[in-house]
Amino acid sequence: MSAGLIYALTGVLLFVMGAAGVVLLDHLLRKILAFNLLGSGAFLVMVGLAQRGGGVDPVPHAMVLTGIVVSVAATALALALARRLLAVDADPEQD
Amino acid sequence: MLDPIPWLIVLPPAWASLAFLLGPGRGGRLAIIGLTLQLALAFMLAGQLLTDGARVYAVGGWGAPLGIDLAADGLSALMLLLTQTVALALAIYARAYFAGGHGGPAAWFWPLTGFLLAAMNALFLSADLFNLYVTLELLGLAAVGLVAAGGGGTQVAAALRYLLVSLVASGAYLLGVALIYATYGTVSIATLTPLIDAQAPLAVWLAAGLMALAMMVKTALFPFHFWLPPAHGSAPAPVSALLSALVIKASFYLLLRLWLGGFEALGAVIAWLPGVLGAAAIIWGSIQAIRASRLKTLVAYSTVAQIGYLFLIFPLLAGGGLAYQAGAMQIVSHGLAKAAMFAAVGVLMRATGRDTVDSLAGVAGRLPLTLFAFGLAGVTLMGLPPSGGFLAKWLLIDAALEQGQWGWAAVVIAGGLLAAAYVFRVLRQAFLLAPPATHFEAVPRRMEWVAFGLAAASVLLGLRGMELIALLGVGVAT
Repeated sequence: MSAGLIYALTGVLLFVMGAAGVVLLDHLLRKILAFNLLGSGAFLVMVGLAQRGGGVDPVPHAMVLTGIVVSVAATALALALARRLLAVDADPEQD
Repeated sequence: MLDPIPWLIVLPPAWASLAFLLGPGRGGRLAIIGLTLQLALAFMLAGQLLTDGARVYAVGGWGAPLGIDLAADGLSALMLLLTQTVALALAIYARAYFAGGHGGPAAWFWPLTGFLLAAMNALFLSADLFNLYVTLELLGLAAVGLVAAGGGGTQVAAALRYLLVSLVASGAYLLGVALIYATYGTVSIATLTPLIDAQAPLAVWLAAGLMALAMMVKTALFPFHFWLPPAHGSAPAPVSALLSALVIKASFYLLLRLWLGGFEALGAVIAWLPGVLGAAAIIWGSIQAIRASRLKTLVAYSTVAQIGYLFLIFPLLAGGGLAYQAGAMQIVSHGLAKAAMFAAVGVLMRATGRDTVDSLAGVAGRLPLTLFAFGLAGVTLMGLPPSGGFLAKWLLIDAALEQGQWGWAAVVIAGGLLAAAYVFRVLRQAFLLAPPATHFEAVPRRMEWVAFGLAAASVLLGLRGMELIALLGVGVAT
């Protein structure tokens, strides 16, 4: 089994764990962290499978960099919304 | 000669950023000027496509694979035209809606709308899977921002749920892109199209499944529609209209694009699945709309039902008939009709001060124009001639009968009857006499006229069907 494939399978595992976390966890902050795990899993698959044939393919690296920027922005928005929710409504029924 | 493709993507973020710099609540006039220019550009692009055929634009002069290619064909031009038309009408509506501090504290409506349009225009012009991912994320973030813009507890909660659903779906799509790239070493749809066939490796099947699932979640196909009614039902009226009329169509467009771009070979095996889910969406969404007590929830569930028609085309695409054209016609007619319906509901809620169907008594005498707009939009949703909805459903039934798949035709007809039930429920209530003490707020006439204009356009669309189908034919490989 090549190193790239091990990275990719780890990535898929992280993705599945992240997806399960977003769906199953109750705490909002944990959901947001789980989303980050899910994103990292997808990035790992991308980079892991990119090193085929000995050489390194730069295109997926550029894609992952773009993806990281997007996921930072999404995390920031999610955290801002979570804070806002806490501020306007301490009601426990709002999840 | 001026090329409309880059300008359609550059203009919206330009006016959105200016509106942001102007400060909270400002920039409406700027947006209307920008949108007018964009609409002219979209018409120009459609005209160029009709004479010269589909084309590719290399951003900055760097072609793929080093740079990013944009591509425009008939389907993208149609989506661009619909988007700019509906957005311009809703911008005029929103200026009156938010004027004088009414309609809640939607301070950043204009910049967010600009970014939303930038993301959508870029999505319709993207030619590779990764660029589509980026535009999809931008679209999701802007849409979530708009849902949360009202700032209330329910709105923020709905926005957060929408954000998490949207992010998980985008993550699944990205994993699909990674698997496709690992297999074929490219993300360009044009290059991938001839490569993918039914003998594709398992990774490609997995990728196609993940991407299709992601788009079904984002389009709110039954049973993934759970996030839509709270998000669309709690936002201010212009935002609900934008989301229901346009945003969900963007992810459906992506799914259709992938399906036509090579994945049809894989999808043919399970084409019945989106069809069955679509049929379930039509029945379930309509029943929930009939039962809804809040007016906006009713219209939001009607969106869930109307999305179902879009997915009925997948089992019919491979055979004879005009299923593809029916899908595109349904996108456009539902876009216009649903924008009109949410706009009309916004007027009714402002006038009565309440949001339930039961509080509509007496509206017929006080706001006849708005009620007429609601009824006309309903005509399109029910699929009565000569509306665009009629044309879409007629083409769908025609394709189903031509292929001997009677079941889909029966679903379309049943859906029309159910739509009549929830539209007439609202109209019946509106024609009841109001209790003598009922007080109606004055509503700006401009809001009423926008709702009416959009509804009239959705009905008259049926008369211009040939032009739209001709445009749709640009760039389709036959």
